[in-house]
Amino acid sequence: MNQTSASQTQALVAATSSFAMLRTLSLVAGLSGLLVVLAYQITLPLIEENKRIAIERALFKVIPGAVSRRDFIVTAQGIVPADDSSGDGKLIYAGYDEQGRLSGVALEAAAQGYQDVIRLLYSFDPACQCIRGIQVLKMAETPGIGDKIAKDPQFQENFVELDARLNTDASGLANDILMVKHGTRSEPWQIDAISGATISSRAVARMLNDSAQQIVPKIMADLDRLQDAGRGAE
Amino acid sequence: MKLPDQEEKITPDTFLRGLWEENPVFVMLLGMCPVLAVTNSAINALAMGLATTFVLLCSSSLVSLFRKLIPKQVRIATYIVIIATFVTIVDYSIQAISLDLYNALGAFIQLIVVNCMILGRAEAYASKQRLGATIVNGLGMGVGFTIALLCLGSVREILGAGSLFGFPLFAENFQPWVVMILPPGGFFVLGGWLLLFNGYRQYRERKLMEQQGASARGS
Repeated sequence: MNQTSASQTQALVAATSSFAMLRTLSLVAGLSGLLVVLAYQITLPLIEENKRIAIERALFKVIPGAVSRRDFIVTAQGIVPADDSSGDGKLIYAGYDEQGRLSGVALEAAAQGYQDVIRLLYSFDPACQCIRGIQVLKMAETPGIGDKIAKDPQFQENFVELDARLNTDASGLANDILMVKHGTRSEPWQIDAISGATISSRAVARMLNDSAQQIVPKIMADLDRLQDAGRGAE
Repeated sequence: MKLPDQEEKITPDTFLRGLWEENPVFVMLLGMCPVLAVTNSAINALAMGLATTFVLLCSSSLVSLFRKLIPKQVRIATYIVIIATFVTIVDYSIQAISLDLYNALGAFIQLIVVNCMILGRAEAYASKQRLGATIVNGLGMGVGFTIALLCLGSVREILGAGSLFGFPLFAENFQPWVVMILPPGGFFVLGGWLLLFNGYRQYRERKLMEQQGASARGS
């Protein structure tokens, strides 16, 4: 009799104990969920705004002389304005100066760098058929070595007027954009590497080449539409 | 190191212990992952220190409030859930404040979850102490951690990039000592600070012993 009551009490203790565990864990998990969702809801508009500002800031830095922009999508049929199309394709940003003239087209390119994927925004100027600037959006290159691709003034000089002319049948670039060893740049389509950061420099050259080979023919084919959009806005 | 098992009264020592006597970095060597990884510039170090302090304060407070409710068997799981919640909140907040900073800190914001200093405080202090003492102690530990990170971050940025908080300190022809902002530099600078810190502590202890010896002889 005594034994059974003892084991009953024991069972009871065990039962309350696991109930307490469940209660505590559910309470804490519920509270956590509430806090996380609350934080997410509050910060979401701010984060979206920050991302938009970051793109915009990079955009006006990368297209010289641009004061306004319009978004377009490159589809298989050609370039269409981003707002009245449902088709998916590469997003490009056309920048216009004060007179509504097209001053450049900016787009994103990405390639594997030394540590992680490097994402950058570059601008293509249809007037000179050249690349006019790059702006790194995201990278995890080694501080002090690979991350120079974002800041090094000598490296940035490569992109003041990097040749990206079309070839004769307008299917790609006349000359591949290539990285060359530091200090040996001799042609306008070559990129002078940062000494000590060859892998990061090559990644930049490769992503520019891959992206420009595809997109530049399409931009040049639909140039009128991009230019008209600027005049229409005026 | 004393780990109070009884509830302690709030004294200046509750706060100051984290700064000096039990400094999480220089004395207890806790949370070495962020200490070495994100201190390549002063601003990263400061942001990491503040983020960790926030998580430490909030999670310790919650653990302290719930300390009588948490059964021993599930305490670690509970602490981790609480810590992870606040880390997620910090993650969102930093994205809302500055995307550049968020990109610079990379994965280390999420990794605050496994910072052993925070779990250590929850287990060794917050689970046994009242809310007031926990907050004061947590604040001390957080400030101590932030100061330690800043010590490392500023030395590494000055030597490795020739600037402090992004402002250049030297003339154009200064050749930065790049290894200092690379991973090995973290170990060099941490070693340097530990040497300095422990050297000074030993010096002080010796002085104290000598004084005691002198007074004992005098009487």
